[in-house]
Amino acid sequence: MNWTAIRAIYVFEMARFFRTIAQSLISPVLSTSLYFVVFGAAIGSRIDQVEGVSYGAFIVPGLIMLTVMTQGISNASFGIYFPKFIGTIYELLSAPISFLEIVMGYVGAAATKAMFIGIIILITSFFFVDIQIQNPAAMIAFLILTCVSFALFGFIIGIWAGNFEQLQLVPLLIVTPLVFLGGSFYSISMLPPVWQTISMFNPVVYLISGFRWAFFGVEDVPILTSLVAIAVFTSLCLGAVWWIFKTGWRIRQ
Amino acid sequence: MATILSIQNLRKSYAGGFEALKGVNLDIEEGEIIALLGPNGAGKTTLISTVCGITMPTSGTVTVAGYDILNNYRQARSLIGLVPQEIALEPFEKVVNTVRFSRGLFGKGRKDSAVEDILKRLSLWDKRDNQIRELSGGMKRRVLIAKALAHEPRVLFLDEPTAGVDVELRKDMWEIVEQLRADGVTTILTTHYIEEAEAIADRVGVISKGEILLVEDKDTLMARMGRKQLDVQLTTQLDAVPDVLAAYDLRLGDGGWTLIYSYDVNAERTGITKLLNDVQASGLQLRDVVTRQSSLEDIFVSLVNQPEEMA
Repeated sequence: MNWTAIRAIYVFEMARFFRTIAQSLISPVLSTSLYFVVFGAAIGSRIDQVEGVSYGAFIVPGLIMLTVMTQGISNASFGIYFPKFIGTIYELLSAPISFLEIVMGYVGAAATKAMFIGIIILITSFFFVDIQIQNPAAMIAFLILTCVSFALFGFIIGIWAGNFEQLQLVPLLIVTPLVFLGGSFYSISMLPPVWQTISMFNPVVYLISGFRWAFFGVEDVPILTSLVAIAVFTSLCLGAVWWIFKTGWRIRQ
Repeated sequence: MATILSIQNLRKSYAGGFEALKGVNLDIEEGEIIALLGPNGAGKTTLISTVCGITMPTSGTVTVAGYDILNNYRQARSLIGLVPQEIALEPFEKVVNTVRFSRGLFGKGRKDSAVEDILKRLSLWDKRDNQIRELSGGMKRRVLIAKALAHEPRVLFLDEPTAGVDVELRKDMWEIVEQLRADGVTTILTTHYIEEAEAIADRVGVISKGEILLVEDKDTLMARMGRKQLDVQLTTQLDAVPDVLAAYDLRLGDGGWTLIYSYDVNAERTGITKLLNDVQASGLQLRDVVTRQSSLEDIFVSLVNQPEEMA
């Protein structure tokens, strides 16, 4: 394993993040604050409590997940797509490194950035609502797993994308709706039975439910199911990455 | 000298069926500078890309210092530095960071003194904290070279290093290559400028349509190029070279209207004066006298066009 190379990619990618630290941080903090104002204050005043948790606090895990998933995908997909776009990919391909090491560098950096922003949102939310995290270890574990698996997913999108439009396509048309409909702002139990059944096909439901369980001990689906769901999603992404590695798909002719 | 890079029967076909390399064989000695000349689309870049790991070979073997580029790709690639044809750099990153990145990517630990040395040699030290987008085109090319040298490779590939750069920068590039040779770095450069091959290469290879047509010592080629031709155009048509001129190894050209004499321009005596005296003595009337020099370009063009004529 070429740790020096993994570190080089990781440091280089993180440097990109810190170059734009202001917009990297201000944007999520601002949008989180807006969510609190709009959903927490305006709607929350009518809902009061969901499953024994104040609405303002209830949406915090969903908000973090929403941001972490989209950030994980966009960071990783952009991270690997940009070298393809500007041509610097030649250096990665000619370097004495394996595809696994490339993935570790890029996905590691993308996951770290997403994690960073997730924690910033958590800190921001402390200013708006009163939250107590019942199971911090599980919360951190869920956060890391989600960051890594969505960064992996983003990496695959970045390899696949042939232009900027395609780069935006999957996140915009598939991921954002799934995340919004995955129970970020409501409990699945609040939906009519038909929609509850449909929601069970949305993988994001399991992740948000599990994450929320780590916070409040309440869950839409059993925690074990959530763990299995994220394990399956991560495995699928790893499988796809392995296949790309084997075939050189869209990277090496 | 030891062979540092050995290419055996290398073929590369793309998915569309296009065969970019048709069985290339090439051995490169350690420490030499070899120029690969060829027209656009000859397969120069494909050859480099395949050796460097950017594209996968269809068949054939390539070894770098004995390491196979597929089975021992880590060892093989860590010995190679590549300067691509197109300028491809992270625009918002600082010069020094991008060079450090390259060094790390190739598995070498951070060593600021090594990076400083490379940047100084390439006259980039003053620009080390500039963002790459602020640099001129020539400076960007230097950054590409600095990146390629960051891990102290033993073999350097320069893919059209001077395409579209001004004369001054081209001279600088040649100097850099000379310096590298002094350090024992083997350099393989592709170019379609013949004068570039002449100026810096030890050997010249001609590649066209995916095949190496010729690899020769530059001096041997230059000697061939040193041949000059004198055309003596006559007012009368001849059937054969007159016996009195038999000693000159003349040929008839232009349907008997011209006597063609080949000579070595570098020789002490070219024999022109004596020939012209003897032509006059034989009673032939001269209409015109023309001299022509066969250039590397002529050799190159005739080689490159050969397959077409044969087809």
